[in-house]
Amino acid sequence: MIWNEKAECMSRDDLEEIQLKRLQDVVHRAYQNVPHYHQKFEDIGVFPEDIQTLEDIGKLPFTTKDDLRQVYPFGMFAVPKKDIIEIHTSSGTTGKPVVSGYTLEDIELWSEIMARGLTMMGIDEEDIIQNTHGYGLFTGGFGVHYGAQKMGSTVIPISTGQTRRQIEIMNDFGTTVMIFTPSYGLYLSEVAEEEGFDPTNSQLKAIGFGAEMWTDEMRKEIEKRFGAPAFNIYGLTEIMGPGVAVECQQQNGLHICEDHFYPEIIDSKTSKIMEAGQTGELVLTNLSRQGMPVIRFITKDITRLNYDVCGCGRTLVKMDRITGRSDDMLKVRGVAVFPSQIEKALLKIDGVEPHYQIIVTRPNRLDEMEVQVETSPILFSDEVKEMVAIKNKIGSYIENEIGLRVNVTLVEPKSLPRSEGKAVRVIDKRNLY
Amino acid sequence: MKIKQLSIFLENKKGRLWKALNTLAEGNINIRALSIADTSDFGILRLIVPEPEKAKKLLEENNFVVKTKDVVAIELLDHPGGLSDVLKILNDSDINLEYLYAFVHEKKDKAIVLLRTDNLDQLIGVLNEGGTSLVPPEEVYDL
Repeated sequence: MIWNEKAECMSRDDLEEIQLKRLQDVVHRAYQNVPHYHQKFEDIGVFPEDIQTLEDIGKLPFTTKDDLRQVYPFGMFAVPKKDIIEIHTSSGTTGKPVVSGYTLEDIELWSEIMARGLTMMGIDEEDIIQNTHGYGLFTGGFGVHYGAQKMGSTVIPISTGQTRRQIEIMNDFGTTVMIFTPSYGLYLSEVAEEEGFDPTNSQLKAIGFGAEMWTDEMRKEIEKRFGAPAFNIYGLTEIMGPGVAVECQQQNGLHICEDHFYPEIIDSKTSKIMEAGQTGELVLTNLSRQGMPVIRFITKDITRLNYDVCGCGRTLVKMDRITGRSDDMLKVRGVAVFPSQIEKALLKIDGVEPHYQIIVTRPNRLDEMEVQVETSPILFSDEVKEMVAIKNKIGSYIENEIGLRVNVTLVEPKSLPRSEGKAVRVIDKRNLY
Repeated sequence: MKIKQLSIFLENKKGRLWKALNTLAEGNINIRALSIADTSDFGILRLIVPEPEKAKKLLEENNFVVKTKDVVAIELLDHPGGLSDVLKILNDSDINLEYLYAFVHEKKDKAIVLLRTDNLDQLIGVLNEGGTSLVPPEEVYDL
């Protein structure tokens, strides 16, 4: 099944025609209605009429997360505030969050792209979707919800947590589709086993993954435990939310809704556009969004675009699942964490040396984060209880900063590796890439 | 009557204790008494050495974190109940020990116990009143 065959299977020529028309429109709207863009365009001397072909997008300035933060909270809105009917934000872990505003039309667009995605996963109006993504400022919960409603399937907005309840509902309601992050899925399967519920014998037929990076081994493991195929869902708050790209039955890449999001791959070092098929940083432009059009947003996600015709019949370009980040952002239990936040927390504590190392592991299917901190003469106490109190203090400062509990380990001075250039702050042992 | 003890931070990891002790061995420093407090990820090594300042400097040069702490040494007859009699005195005076460790004085056939509280002067006063014999630093360093 294809949700919108006209849009998803059109010829490249037709698609490019639509893309150009929409690009010209969005650039015009941004220039006219968003002072930040107006200024950025003027600064480099580029104007809406300079966009004559799709390649001309290269003339436009990039938008970074910093741009979006600078205009916090509503500076990116391109419509009067009364037309914004919903707001979401990014987790805001590095300073102010990024605010994303949606008009009624935008919410309809979001529903449309997510409905396409759920259909790609083989879901239809007969299905019961248990959505374990959080409902709130995070876009994950609502994005899936809107798509499911648009399609006419039944959505259970259970949100994250209440794991035993999740199992009970899967069993009692006969859930046919689970939406979860891979690590939560693994945890769910363990609790299911404890509760004597076997998902492989349930009515489950598809799983949607989001918000986390994962490996093929992880996908296979989850598919085995749940007895259903798992599909990747990609999205980001800055651009819209989940549904920007979703995987089809071929399970070898995610179709980007190119008629609404224009993708480019750039070289992280030179910012030059790379040729099709090369791996680099994904840049996305909103082509049809009304409330907050974002132009050439640098996602910092590393991927590759594949324009070959897909076995599913869709002509929309496919991106590989994200294979890395161009910055040092980590996703731990689905939460974005930057090493700089750890550093910020540590520097608030008297006597803590700014030498630290973050070790991320996944010992029992759930992410664990250890922060190693060097002891100093000021921190060191002759008494065990004092030392434990210091460890707890460091732990709570970090938790305040990132919203996650971490294990703090005190190590000897000068025992963490020093390097000439950029220090190796993070050791990720989860093998995600 | 206070004795200088060195407290050294150790990661709970293979070879760390050896590294600390080897540093002292190479500095030709003999250890008179030793105790370790350990937790799952770190330990505190407590040492009595003849020249605490010299040993501290040497350890610090080798990147150890070292603190000097005062402790009190008492001498006990090496027989059952020797230590509990002293602890009763402390208990009756409402003194809470942070830690203690003991070793045997070979020359005298007596037990030496090192005690640490947050108020050492009070501890010394109570011990004196209770008739416990305190061991002067020179003797402890020279055991």
